[in-house]
Amino acid sequence: MPTLNQLKPGQTGIVSALRGDGAIHQRLQEMGIIEGASLEVIRMAPLGDPMEILVQGYHLSLRKSEAALVELA
Amino acid sequence: MPTTIAVIGNPNVGKTTLFNALTGLSQVTGNYPGVTVERKVGTLRINGTTAHLVDLPGTYSLAARSPDEMIVVDVLLSQQAGEDPIDAVLAVVDATNLDRNLYLVSQLKELGKPLVVALNMCDLADKRQIKIDTDVLSRELGAPVVRICANKRIGIDALNAALAAATHGAPTVHVNGPEFPEALTREVDALEARLNHGDHGLGRHVQRLEVFRLLVDRGGYVEARLSQADKDIAGSLDESRARAGAGASLAAIEARSRYAWIRQIVAAGVRKPTTRVTTVSDKLDAVITHPLLGTFIFALIMTIVFQAIFSWAGPLMDLVDAAFGAIGESVSAMLPEGMLQSLVVDGIIAGVGNVIIFLPQIMVLMFFIAILEDCGYMARAAFLMDKLLSRCGLSGQSFIPMLSSFACAIPGVMATRPIGNRRDRITTILVAPLMSCSARLPVYTLMITAFIPDTKVIGGWLNLQGLVLTGMYSVGIAVAIPVAWTLKRTILKGETPPFLLELPTYKLPQWGTVLRKVLRQGKEFIVRAGTIIFAVIVVVWALSYFPHSDEITAMFEAERAKVAASGMSEEEQSIAISEIDAEESGAHLRNSYFGRMGLAIEPLVRPLGWDWRIGMATIASFPAREVVIATLGTIFYLGSDVDETSDSLKTVLHESTRADGSKLFNIPVALSIMVFFALCCQCGATLAVIRRETQSNAWPVFAFGYMTALAYVAALFTYQFTTWLGWGVVT
Repeated sequence: MPTLNQLKPGQTGIVSALRGDGAIHQRLQEMGIIEGASLEVIRMAPLGDPMEILVQGYHLSLRKSEAALVELA
Repeated sequence: MPTTIAVIGNPNVGKTTLFNALTGLSQVTGNYPGVTVERKVGTLRINGTTAHLVDLPGTYSLAARSPDEMIVVDVLLSQQAGEDPIDAVLAVVDATNLDRNLYLVSQLKELGKPLVVALNMCDLADKRQIKIDTDVLSRELGAPVVRICANKRIGIDALNAALAAATHGAPTVHVNGPEFPEALTREVDALEARLNHGDHGLGRHVQRLEVFRLLVDRGGYVEARLSQADKDIAGSLDESRARAGAGASLAAIEARSRYAWIRQIVAAGVRKPTTRVTTVSDKLDAVITHPLLGTFIFALIMTIVFQAIFSWAGPLMDLVDAAFGAIGESVSAMLPEGMLQSLVVDGIIAGVGNVIIFLPQIMVLMFFIAILEDCGYMARAAFLMDKLLSRCGLSGQSFIPMLSSFACAIPGVMATRPIGNRRDRITTILVAPLMSCSARLPVYTLMITAFIPDTKVIGGWLNLQGLVLTGMYSVGIAVAIPVAWTLKRTILKGETPPFLLELPTYKLPQWGTVLRKVLRQGKEFIVRAGTIIFAVIVVVWALSYFPHSDEITAMFEAERAKVAASGMSEEEQSIAISEIDAEESGAHLRNSYFGRMGLAIEPLVRPLGWDWRIGMATIASFPAREVVIATLGTIFYLGSDVDETSDSLKTVLHESTRADGSKLFNIPVALSIMVFFALCCQCGATLAVIRRETQSNAWPVFAFGYMTALAYVAALFTYQFTTWLGWGVVT
């Protein structure tokens, strides 16, 4: 199952599930990363982490460790 | 009781601009007790009566995970101590980003209070061809929706009218909010009934919204608070959750249900272009967050800010200094010589001047921070720097405060406000004072020019004095990394906060908002830090003045009389008298409580290579590091009127000896003093500002304690090691 952290800039994906629980799990979903949401990776920070994605029509920055919780279809 | 309206919205939606537009100059700011959340209330005339507007901090959701986040929920539920019950809620949403903004609105629907939605940034939405039918949106949301453009003050009157209607009993159309699975609703019902009928020890009504959060937010703040009051709840929660979610995560069920509701509303009332439009913001970001260009721009901006703090603030600081000097002189002339004059001039005027002198730096830095924040760059800076700071357990948001602290830790500590996570914020506050601020520079300059030889090293490429100065600036950074790392793994340990940061659309800064911020923070600095530092100064002055022995005064009076009686020329006499004056103040100081303390602590500072005089100068510099220069001057018989480039102070320091006749100062002693001042927290104003920003007495005490311990150990090591290297003999 591919996860968000494996995508390269310009690639898109659709969220199929979220791993883990607790605060990060909840925050990701509140910010719109929910099952069925489509994502696009815009770019990586100069040091390779964090990444910038486009979700629900806005730009969000998250670390790769958090992106690894997002499973894609 | 006046009508009270809560203003709430996601971060970066222009909530502050709207709040300013609605309330004008009537704002009052303060802090909620026990938390780091700022409380801002303004007044507004609606329907001929006065209403209070409470500005809540920007948030994406009501799922609180900390006391700070809980403030929003408590205010909305009208259970926040010191806040009037809420009559209506004004939700500010970003028209260009409705989907995510409506998430919070969907939670607000469940409050059951009159709700008004302000649709901000409509001009930008028009430009992006996002067509919003406010009538449809109002109907679907069951709340009036008003198109506004807060920065151009468009739609403010219509919003005012909508608020008037909402708070004066306009019939609200009942529209259901999001629909949740039946199992979840059933568990919330059961839990609500149990909490409000049983003997649960809470002693108050628990509202449905709080019950919902208790069930859904596993490990959230509501759970922590309610299960503390009632142990039974804690035991049965997991069973309730399993029943409510049928094994699935409740957080996921909540988010899915809410976004499903939002999708339905947006489908009915919003038309977006089918192809993605590349916005100006996107084009800017391609450059600003570009790996190479972005890093370069970042460095450029930081250099400009850093330079401005020094060069723009410099003349203003000189002006403040001169003004306080002039005030001191004219007051001196007015008051008779003696205790009162000494307290007012040396204690209060000089002391308050020492604090106010940082005001220009603070205002300049806050000006830049406000602009960078307002235009959306701050989030990009955090994005660029996050990787570096995440290695020591912090996030990119800590970068600006740390950088600011090189100018002065006070604005640095104040710049931690945007850091949402409390642990991250406190860690940043605790390490920020380790950065070498401008007040350390005078100490470095004096020690380096007096004791570090002006020679070229490494094949003539570098100057040793410059190298030592660079070293001193590096010490703070080198120590801050392991300190932050340790703090985040010990006393400030907790779940690693997610670094979920919205990169908002760039916009032009609102000058009104920027100026308001700068002025407010300047005022806060003067009032609050000023009052505490004022008290500290008076205490230090008293300790170094009393007991003002009449015998000593009489003794020097006799010497002055001798000079007057001698046949010296007027010029020679005035030189002799000023020498006697300086000797007199030195004698008084040695005899003061501070002087006695110095002798008492001498065994403690001897391993650092210091004698009682240096130890005492260090203690006296508790209110501010640079005070040490004036104190050293006083102690070494020069009077308190020396500055760091004074040749005579350098000469006197060079020539001063220990009891056994050996030279007091050498390279190891100078290095040990510098290292101590690089790491210690001898700054009353910083401690005062830490106390204010953390709303606690424990953190400033901790900061002072750990930094002093660190400074002592590092100075001890520096002295012993460099002496062992034999640097002590090469003077």
